[in-house]
Amino acid sequence: MSTTTPSRRGGGQAGAAPTGPLPPSAAGERAPRRRVPRTWFPHLILLPALLVELLVHVVPVLVGVFTSLLQLDQFSLRDWSAAPFVGFGNYAVVIDLSSPVGADLLRSFGTTALYSALVVGLCWVIGLAAAVALHPPFPGRGLLRTLFLVPFALPAFASVITWNFMLQRDTGLVNSLVVDVLGLTGERPFWLVGENSFASLVVVSVWRTWPFAFLTLTAGMQSIPAELYEAANVDGAGPWWRLRMVTLPMLRPVNAVLVLVLFLWSFNDFTTPFTLFGQAAPAEAEVISLHVYNSSFQTWNFGLGSAMSVLLVLFLLAVSLAYTGFLRWRRDE
Amino acid sequence: MGPRRGVAAWTAAGVAVALGLAGCGGSEDSGAAGAALTYWASNQGTSLDHDRQVLTPELEKFEQRTGISVELEVIPWTDLQNRVLAATASGEGPDVVNIGNTWSASLQATGAFLPFDEQTIGRVGGEDRFLASTLTSTGAEGRPPVAVPLYGLAYGLFYNKRLFAEAGIAQAPRTWAEFVDAAKKLTVPEKRQWGLGIMGASYTENAHFAFIFGRQNGARPFEGDEPRLDSPQMVDGVSQYVDLLSTHRVVNPSDAEYVNDTQVVKDFAAGRTAMIMIQNYATAAIRSNGMADDAYGVAPIPVLDPLPPGGKKISSHVAGINVGVFANSDDTEGALEFVDFLTSTEEQKILNGTWGSLPVVREAYDDPRFRGPLIDVFQQVLAESAETMPMVPAEAQFETLVGTAVKDVLADAASGETVDEQVVEDALAAADQRMRAGG
Amino acid sequence: MRSPLWTRWARGGVLVVLTLFVCAPLYVMAVSSVAPLRDVQGPFTWLPSALTLEPFSQMWKTVPLGRYFLNSAVVALAATACSLVLAVLAAYAISRYRFRGRSGFLTTVLSTQMFPGILFLLPLFLIYVTVDRTLGTELFATRTGLVVTYLTFALPFSVWLLVGYFDSIPRELDEAALVDGTGPLGALFRVVLPTALPGVAAVAIYGFMTAWGEVLFASVLTDDRTRTLAVGLRGYATQSNVYWNQVMAASLVVSVPVVLGFLLLQRALVQGLTAGAVKS
Repeated sequence: MSTTTPSRRGGGQAGAAPTGPLPPSAAGERAPRRRVPRTWFPHLILLPALLVELLVHVVPVLVGVFTSLLQLDQFSLRDWSAAPFVGFGNYAVVIDLSSPVGADLLRSFGTTALYSALVVGLCWVIGLAAAVALHPPFPGRGLLRTLFLVPFALPAFASVITWNFMLQRDTGLVNSLVVDVLGLTGERPFWLVGENSFASLVVVSVWRTWPFAFLTLTAGMQSIPAELYEAANVDGAGPWWRLRMVTLPMLRPVNAVLVLVLFLWSFNDFTTPFTLFGQAAPAEAEVISLHVYNSSFQTWNFGLGSAMSVLLVLFLLAVSLAYTGFLRWRRDE
Repeated sequence: MGPRRGVAAWTAAGVAVALGLAGCGGSEDSGAAGAALTYWASNQGTSLDHDRQVLTPELEKFEQRTGISVELEVIPWTDLQNRVLAATASGEGPDVVNIGNTWSASLQATGAFLPFDEQTIGRVGGEDRFLASTLTSTGAEGRPPVAVPLYGLAYGLFYNKRLFAEAGIAQAPRTWAEFVDAAKKLTVPEKRQWGLGIMGASYTENAHFAFIFGRQNGARPFEGDEPRLDSPQMVDGVSQYVDLLSTHRVVNPSDAEYVNDTQVVKDFAAGRTAMIMIQNYATAAIRSNGMADDAYGVAPIPVLDPLPPGGKKISSHVAGINVGVFANSDDTEGALEFVDFLTSTEEQKILNGTWGSLPVVREAYDDPRFRGPLIDVFQQVLAESAETMPMVPAEAQFETLVGTAVKDVLADAASGETVDEQVVEDALAAADQRMRAGG
Repeated sequence: MRSPLWTRWARGGVLVVLTLFVCAPLYVMAVSSVAPLRDVQGPFTWLPSALTLEPFSQMWKTVPLGRYFLNSAVVALAATACSLVLAVLAAYAISRYRFRGRSGFLTTVLSTQMFPGILFLLPLFLIYVTVDRTLGTELFATRTGLVVTYLTFALPFSVWLLVGYFDSIPRELDEAALVDGTGPLGALFRVVLPTALPGVAAVAIYGFMTAWGEVLFASVLTDDRTRTLAVGLRGYATQSNVYWNQVMAASLVVSVPVVLGFLLLQRALVQGLTAGAVKS
């Protein structure tokens, strides 16, 4: 683990801190720390967090799994616990790819996968470019850093509604720029309906999230020891070479987490497409969270919606496990 | 240790204040208190606030007469269906609620509403007070209605008289062919003027037109409860509508992006579109956009002539708003009294007069406000050429699935893609299968 | 060291393009918020035809923005405060003690982070209304219900980040406090917490941002009285007008508190992220 403890302001104690802190995920593997004999105290202070987690996360997941086994629609919603039990009937409908419901889900899944891949990739590339460009000090660097963080700090509903305004066909900035100023196309393109809506969604999402990549990568780069760069300079390495031989390898642990977080965010993103397109998103940009929402709330079929959610979670679980497994394997190589 | 203790105390105080605030928030939020009825009104005016201003004096009048106070919440259309659904599941609904009348059969199926059987409807003056056509949209046939009519609406073809005169068109088109012809004449690209404005991205609107034009072509979207969304007649009907944009090019492609009536009405009032097909409530919105009442005329939406085999002369569905009572209202008697008040002749005149909708009770038509060429057209449409949307439990899904399919087709057409019968048929076939699969 | 010319050009290019990309929506927001209504209804104008502050006064009337603001503030503050307390306690337990169920708890809490919100939405709704019906509580469509929901959203990340922070604080410090006769809670509040203040700040701003901007749950779990900004902002599209200038003015106003808070505390967040992210 090539890590450093974060530098801390306010007190020299932290400077004396032992090497890398214990990663929570790997906690179980380490020898127990000496400390306080058996006591009820840790359980007690853990209890409140545990209770709300149970109420808001664990129990709903179980209820969600239960409702996915029910035929829950407008007829049965009123007394939902007595809705007809259909076993895996909803799942059979959802995974039958020859049925329109299954085909829709698959298409939406494909859309989401492509969307996620693009958003993660673009955010990372842009974030890295900005982090590298802002690495050497120059006047105005602090200002730019702050400015670049603004899109991430803005509440999503406020910034996405602004994008919605910009993407209007007749009154938006984008078409004003593309058609009137640059003259790229004769016809005014649509950005919120039809084929382009997917591109719009990706751009808006990248605009919102790339600063997070930038922030994380900047933090990661600040912890790369300057000696490594000096050594590379002595070896006569150019900027490109320095990036490849020093920066990128040193950023690996940061990247590992960053990519996973970006992936989960974009895959589960609801706010951006919902605010951008409203309730009826164009088919081209109907990502999975919106698809499940519409399947549940627009067509009043909550059993099917729950089954889709459960499948989605299983998929994300599998991806996350495979990903962490891969990271572990690569580290052990 | 001083400053550190400070931090702890600060944190504790902060939490206490925050929890206190949330707690207060919680207790303030309690629903209907004591004797008050809760009423969810749909958004009929130009803004939620407008509705509130109009309804509040009426509610005060009701309280003076009966001693029952009514707590009002005006709910935007985008939320109403979900709110009603949530109330259905939670049992924590209002006592009285407005619903789009096309949802009647769907909501009937939830069992959450008080059925207006013979005796109950007697409490609001009996069936005979209401216009017969409006009663067709209150639930599935053969079952007691789920609600009673409140505001009557119907589609009409609104046209700009000045633009008609400029184009040398003497009178409103009566047949579909005349209509398309007029729309073409009225489309003048160099003046940025278009023949017709539509709300291409509104799925409810699209679903209504799919129904209206489908019926003109002889389609029956449902046989019993069985969907027939992709019958050749439905395909013809939807094509008739989509062709206005794709083949005849009398619609501004930008309209494919319009999600509600705001911009459509604005374009019409500004003379950028010469015609719109919209429900009668638009009269109020057109006025508030600065277009004089005598600057436009209204005619029934034109019908195919001759009608295809099996086709019917339909130019609107029986549109409108119903008012229902939740079954688990604590005060059913009071709620019924309130419904009786809303459907009283006096209130019908006041409210429909303000919204630009049609009274649903016969007696209200003695008022001069509900006579005149405009109102006559809508009345005539409702009486002669309107049919209720399918009163089946799956109607809500019908609107979503067909409306969204049409929306996507319109978007393709607007982006310059070729949209022929085959494209329409594929879209409708997919909607049909989805409906069958319950998705 | 001097970098070659092309890298300086490339760097300049990257920065200019990114600045434009970042600023375009901010510019639109700012300019449209001071433009008269006719400007935002016609073709886009780069400069407003007249400057007016009317949108900023009108926006409070078109929709009950003040109420939404209050709801958002109460909900976000309460959720942040509660989640902070829970996260600090939980993180302290995990960092300083080893007990049965410790890693089970962490794994469960962290894995909920990957679940899509839509999975919880309907069940949570059903649970709230059922609990309300049987126990007579008020969770559905109340601020309390929303606070309970939101406080868990930030919890996993907060716990994870704080565990990292606490781990890097030498145990000798709180042990010294314990020897002095202070209880474990005292050690936490007087010794550990003040040292971990940047982490606490980062967690607080993260929690606040999460609650302030949440749309999905707010759209189902609130009603007219408890509606938050995230949902209420849609109200500017009415039957007679879309008040884009007021939408932009309102967006600007609702963004200011979070953006300022975030920018002020970003250093803490970076440190928190470094502490958290770098370790894995």
